[in-house]
Amino acid sequence: MRLPQPAAGARILAFGGYQPGNVVTNDDLAAVMDTSDEWIRSRVGIASRRIAGPDETVADMAVAAAGKAIAGSGVSVSDIDLVIVATCSTESLIPNAAATVASRLGIISPGAYDLNAACAGFCYALANASDAVRTGTAGHVLVIGSEKMSAWVDDADRSTRIIFADGAGAAVVGPVADPTDKPGIGPVVWGSNGCLADKIHIKDRTSFLFQEGQAVFRWATTELHPIALEACQRAGVLPEDLAAFVPHQANLRIIESIARKVGVPRERLADDIIHAGNTSSASIPLALARMTERGELHAGMPVLLLGFGAGMCYAAQVVTVP
Amino acid sequence: MALTEQEILTGLSEIIDEIAGVPADEVTPDKNFVDDLDIDSLSMVEIAVAAQDKFGVEIPDDQLKDLKTVQDVITYVHKNAS
Repeated sequence: MRLPQPAAGARILAFGGYQPGNVVTNDDLAAVMDTSDEWIRSRVGIASRRIAGPDETVADMAVAAAGKAIAGSGVSVSDIDLVIVATCSTESLIPNAAATVASRLGIISPGAYDLNAACAGFCYALANASDAVRTGTAGHVLVIGSEKMSAWVDDADRSTRIIFADGAGAAVVGPVADPTDKPGIGPVVWGSNGCLADKIHIKDRTSFLFQEGQAVFRWATTELHPIALEACQRAGVLPEDLAAFVPHQANLRIIESIARKVGVPRERLADDIIHAGNTSSASIPLALARMTERGELHAGMPVLLLGFGAGMCYAAQVVTVP
Repeated sequence: MALTEQEILTGLSEIIDEIAGVPADEVTPDKNFVDDLDIDSLSMVEIAVAAQDKFGVEIPDDQLKDLKTVQDVITYVHKNAS
């Protein structure tokens, strides 16, 4: 038996993001339910969010984001041999989104699977992609986080409707350009705590998303900063040297609290949630796509990612901006 | 040695100042967190976590919801401090 030749390291080649056109402001929500712009901003830090059209699917959004990432990467679709879609909100369970997305992008017969680690999904998928490239089981991997959370939110439930939103973000992962180059995706620190699984759940396919906000807040603000710090330590990057901290955009107050504990100043904390809402597994790549597009992040900069959510699944790694 | 109620009040005032920006001299035992100090449920969780670090007393969410005033927290911490 033989094994493929391993690569020296994996890196991200490009990001791409997509948000649906329909902007829903806090005032729009205040017109139909008992809430206000001030209340929402002070509790969760969101000013507006995007909601997909009734016929717009998780795969549609994934294709839109991934198309941009592939174009930016300079990689030919024929060089992509694995597609991972991190999602927890697909319309149906079979077929998976990944195979459909790959086919629509013209990627012929790649390995294709969906990955559900809820809001931590993108970081899990990125770790899988990095390992696949490093071990030689894939040349290039398309990693996508795509979510239509609005489909699983009860329109009458203020506590979730103000938070969750729709969108997609993608990254193309490949080997380092030269074997002597440093890797662009650091070691993942991941885990879960199923004892708290009832704190965020969708009971069955006819149910809506339920979240025990206070319990989630307590967990996130007490348990996650050591994970983020360990990811920095394993990558050999000091928190003060990070160009940015891009945690899952769960709730501005949660991520501001985690950032303080990690020791990242507010101006280096991604706050894409303000205009994107909580898009679950899409939130990290969506934020990264926007930050690179705006020129806030430049090639070679180290960025700390931290995904966390239902399960309670979490994953953190340091990556280098493409 | 066990903390006195006054020591707990002093420590709690520092926590509330840091988390919610309420000046320490406004934090008196009779104040209601929501009505008087404008502190919401998420800030209460942060205060409970900080209080656990400071006093070594865990305040679970199901207990936290019954602690309405500054004195309620002082009494809880005082009673449960080892």
